[in-house]
Amino acid sequence: MAEYEMVIGLEVHCQLATKTKLFCGCATDGFGAVANTRVCPVCTGQPGVLPVLNKRAVELAFQAALALDCKLADVSIFARKNYFYPDLPKAYQISQYEQPFSQHGRLECRLKDGAAKVVRIHRIHLEEDAGKLLHAIGSEELDHSLVDFNRGGTPLIEIVSEPDIRVSDEAYAYLTALREVLIYSGASRCDLEKGEMRCDANISVRLKGAEKFGTRAEIKNLNSFKNVKDALEYEFRRQVEIVESGGKVVQETRLWNAEKMATFSMRSKEEAHDYRYFPDPDLVPLEAKPAWVAALKAGLPELPAARRARLTSEFRLSSYDAEVLTSKKEVADSFLETMKLLAPEDAKALANLMLNTADFSPIDAPRMAELVTLTRRVITVNKAKELYPELRASGKSPKTLVEEKGLAQVSDEGQLREWVKAALAANPQAAADLRGGKERAIGSIVGAVMKLSKGKANPGLVNKLIKEAVNAGA
Amino acid sequence: MANITREEVQKISKLAKLRLTEKEAELYQAQFSKILDSMAELRQLDTEDVPPTTSVLGLSNVLREDSPAPFGEAEDLLANAPEREGPYYKVRKVIE
Ligand SMILES: [Zn+2]
Repeated sequence: MAEYEMVIGLEVHCQLATKTKLFCGCATDGFGAVANTRVCPVCTGQPGVLPVLNKRAVELAFQAALALDCKLADVSIFARKNYFYPDLPKAYQISQYEQPFSQHGRLECRLKDGAAKVVRIHRIHLEEDAGKLLHAIGSEELDHSLVDFNRGGTPLIEIVSEPDIRVSDEAYAYLTALREVLIYSGASRCDLEKGEMRCDANISVRLKGAEKFGTRAEIKNLNSFKNVKDALEYEFRRQVEIVESGGKVVQETRLWNAEKMATFSMRSKEEAHDYRYFPDPDLVPLEAKPAWVAALKAGLPELPAARRARLTSEFRLSSYDAEVLTSKKEVADSFLETMKLLAPEDAKALANLMLNTADFSPIDAPRMAELVTLTRRVITVNKAKELYPELRASGKSPKTLVEEKGLAQVSDEGQLREWVKAALAANPQAAADLRGGKERAIGSIVGAVMKLSKGKANPGLVNKLIKEAVNAGA
Repeated sequence: MANITREEVQKISKLAKLRLTEKEAELYQAQFSKILDSMAELRQLDTEDVPPTTSVLGLSNVLREDSPAPFGEAEDLLANAPEREGPYYKVRKVIE
């Protein structure tokens, strides 16, 4: 079979982290609230009302664009996208069409093998969200639909990538990197469960090396990054099969069904893709004035890529550790905050304490620093990690907790020697291996000592004492 | 004179969710054509050095602060709904 590749462009909608909607003072905290309690005449499209643009939404949108290396347009305008749907009370969505506020950005993504991939960003525009439709209550299918306008009018940015993505893993990496940058910049919380980040994918296939793009399908309803990956892989196979059997891919919108792991044609959407965009006469142009933009740029926090570079150069962490630490902003923030209280050579120890902990969420820097200090002599790293839930719950200092729980490490050599002796006796095979020069066998003896000591034995000393015992002919 | 076809009138009315009688369609067909004629007249002007205009107010950046201002009478809005169910607007079944 000839070799095909996919050509993918992603359209990502992200909710901006504002308190109020894009054009009215209704709160944006409507997720999970009683339906239609965050609504007003503006966002329900009553006659005679006027939209007024939310300054913070613009600032967050500009910062997102700057963080993604986009150029801001000097002037952008809002347009009406006209269509009838019950979740759209005005029968038009206020969006941006011909003059979006930003274009031509780029985002560097990291693939699983560590390689970098640059995806160009075509444009970013501002728009309002639609309301939410309910077709079922619990498992009970309704014979009508219900509309909740709490979400209607919420500020979104739509980030449209260039068709630079070639495999599903790159799509996953792009979304991960995009989410990181948006969270770091503060533009969006990107909470996927709350629908604050949603993705549509355009995908076509072509023979590897071909220049011309194939006919593309647009896939909707991708509400997790894994869905995106699965849907792209399915759609790739579907399109290749069509092409291979001499057929033609139809340009259409398809819906991903995660249960059936397949995409299905959305015929209803085929009808009237005739949105008749025109400039919204209720809104004046938006100008990205240089002083304003400069202030917003200066207000951007350190972004993930810069932070990763600093963690490897300034703190000598491995790129893997830096990667994992920065993947959650609050963890990286806590790391840097704690390092202010520690010496540079403590960086690795601190990283160890923060990484490989299921659902690590940081405690305050002074206590975190104290914990690092304790792991130097008093407790093992594993014991320290076990303290997190209580540290978080109680607000006690690590020292106090260690004392209260009698966790202090045992460094008494007499006691340690006894444990070593018992461990060697209980593991004759490992002991023999060790005596025969198989140094790796020391691991199981150390493990046995830790077990005997209930995890309290000082591992450094234990290692030393085992070697001594073996060399002495024990 | 510009020539709007009957099909175009039908398409536009469909997009606007209007059902037209034959007579109305005929009337609008003529009116649409006249409107286009008026626009064609404007097209004769030299606009080489005129930037595209989307607003004649001469304003930009009319903005409001991001501070919540609850409407407070959400219930009144819902009361205007042709049909409701609890706190929801009730509409004909729409599903993909
Ligand atoms: Zn509102």
